[in-house]
Amino acid sequence: MSKKSFRQAVNEALRQEMERDPTVVLMGEDVGGGMGAPGEDDAWGGPLGVTKGLMSQFGRERVLDTPITESAFIGAAAGAALRGLRPVAELMFVDFMGVCFDQIFNQAAKFRYMFGGTAKTPLVIRTMYGAGFRAASQHSQCLYPIFTHVPGLKVVIPSSPYEAKGLLIQAIRDDDPVIFFEHKVMYDDEEDVPDDPYTIPFGEARFVREGEDVTIVAIGRMVQMASKAADALAKEGISCTVLDPRTTSPLDLQSILESVQETGRLVIVDEANPRCNIATDISAQVVEQAFESLKAPIRMVCPPHTPVPFSPALEDAFIPSPEKIAAVVRSVMASPTRQAAA
Amino acid sequence: MTEKLHLDHAHLRDLLTAMLRIRRFEEKCFELYQSEKIRGYLHLYDGEEAVSVGVIRTLRPDDAIVATYREHGQALARGIGMNVLMAELYGKQEGCCRGRGGSMHIFDRTKRFYGGNAIVGGGLPLAVGVALGDKMQGRTSITACFFGEGAVDEGSFHESMNLASLWRLPVLFVCENNLYSMGMALERAEAEPDITRKAAGYRVTAEAVDGMDVVAVEVAAQRAVSAVRETSRPYLLECRTYRFRAHSMFDAQLYRTKQEIETWRKRDPIDRLRSWLEQSGLMHAEEINKIEAEIAAEIDAAVAFAEAGTWEPVEELERFVTMDRVPQ
Ligand SMILES: Cc1ncc(C[n+]2csc(CCOP(=O)(O)OP(=O)(O)O)c2C)c(N)n1
Repeated sequence: MSKKSFRQAVNEALRQEMERDPTVVLMGEDVGGGMGAPGEDDAWGGPLGVTKGLMSQFGRERVLDTPITESAFIGAAAGAALRGLRPVAELMFVDFMGVCFDQIFNQAAKFRYMFGGTAKTPLVIRTMYGAGFRAASQHSQCLYPIFTHVPGLKVVIPSSPYEAKGLLIQAIRDDDPVIFFEHKVMYDDEEDVPDDPYTIPFGEARFVREGEDVTIVAIGRMVQMASKAADALAKEGISCTVLDPRTTSPLDLQSILESVQETGRLVIVDEANPRCNIATDISAQVVEQAFESLKAPIRMVCPPHTPVPFSPALEDAFIPSPEKIAAVVRSVMASPTRQAAA
Repeated sequence: MTEKLHLDHAHLRDLLTAMLRIRRFEEKCFELYQSEKIRGYLHLYDGEEAVSVGVIRTLRPDDAIVATYREHGQALARGIGMNVLMAELYGKQEGCCRGRGGSMHIFDRTKRFYGGNAIVGGGLPLAVGVALGDKMQGRTSITACFFGEGAVDEGSFHESMNLASLWRLPVLFVCENNLYSMGMALERAEAEPDITRKAAGYRVTAEAVDGMDVVAVEVAAQRAVSAVRETSRPYLLECRTYRFRAHSMFDAQLYRTKQEIETWRKRDPIDRLRSWLEQSGLMHAEEINKIEAEIAAEIDAAVAFAEAGTWEPVEELERFVTMDRVPQ
């Protein structure tokens, strides 16, 4: 066990899985990043240094720097997965999925089902998401709801370095296409992470803290925001459960329902645009299955339905903050308690 | 339009001034990034000035331009004011996109400047469409589309070349070949590293030019622009150049040697023109110093303008997602 950054946790997961299993290969733009003829081989290690050192350890045969050709290399990763490799492809920013959606939605996601259960596609696509980097509209989106919508894909959104390592190792060992989301402002976050490999199963939510009054479900980076809000609310005597679903597909609805049955109140925090996002999805399912337990309306804390602006003032206003979350929780607590039907 | 270049004093002075404006602007941006006035992604154009200056001079005001995230040079060469450009980089609402776009998304409809673009290869299909829009409405304008050699890796390059050729659209494709896409050297990215050869597959005329020589770029661009305008067919102009600085602000440049950078710096398009002008007695140091002083004053004013600028109020956050009002 030692303190590791999110960046180191991802790097270690990749390294340990590559050491364990020779079929694990990496590909992506500048994952080595030293492809200049006179320069170093392992110069860049991914645009934010996440894959640094892997090319020198595993060689160019297993760490493939690709041209800027997302459709071809993401599709090639899917094809190679059909033939027994376990490719981990890095698609720099999730915004660039626009260039290669076909290979993900129509190809990789469909193989197992469409081919009658006879095909498997053990593919991981790592990608950066999220606002807060002043990266403007084409480099700041969340987009995980789009992938969650497509059957056949697994969608993983780790909320801390510990989570990232265990979930990434699980993703690499999984036999389905997994889209693995890394928040670009979380790479320097640190916490204790075991040195040995470990896995965290998909579809099992994490109870970040347990409380009695309100359940807050938060996605990815929003887990931190929700935890800060819960700290502040605790001082006011409001006790919150904070629940991190870890994976939005599969989704651990059971844990969410159980928690709502205990607290009777639900707030969902999602950094994705508010229409058809994870918050609306969870909200709909909870209403359908646990309406009787709800003492107050479900509330969602999401950004507005806009692209991410560059303007620092507007971007800060765009992102759900602990203050906004706390204010919404207070309003839920203040709403007249509905007589539980059951 | 096929007349020879008049390399008179005024013309050469303009070329030098235009390139110097870009260089000094980029140097200031670098400084402002260090002092955290400019945030996020910033891709500087030092070393490549001859390309945008040489090409854009040959365009008419009604011609259109499509660019990339490395587009400060094109924006300045096109005449987008330094004040609104700097304010945009700061994210202030006085900027050309109200501060919502930032460095990678400069846009100015009045200058027919259809955007910086942060998606590699994202601009090429748009350029085809801009040219289509003009042609179908009977305009004689052409569209100049700037992109790095990295965009040639993308399917969109090939699809756009084909469509522009098939539909006989007046697009001047300008490839700014600076040899690296982030850390990836061209020979490692392209099975056929001679970019001009790719055009043949689409029956598009192509030419490569020394992108470190502004006069050579201008001559080649003039030839290309005339051909595009007269034939209403696309043309690929590859400008061979080099970026002197890092790809962006997050790049230690370990993929290339200091020596390689120094070798290219010796071909600096600005130094080259300046020393030629001085040696041939066409311009004296005094005149150049005066130009430098004017540019410095212009940049100071732009920084002051951006500093004095204001943030767009948060109440406006949800404006312009779609149209404000349904047209009657
Ligand atoms: C579709 C897409 N893929 C990847 C990127 C990340 N990226 C930004 S710039 C760049 C290099 C582009 O190189 P080039 O086209 O040669 O232009 P240069 O930066 O050298 O001007 C890459 C890979 C992107 N912005 N868009």
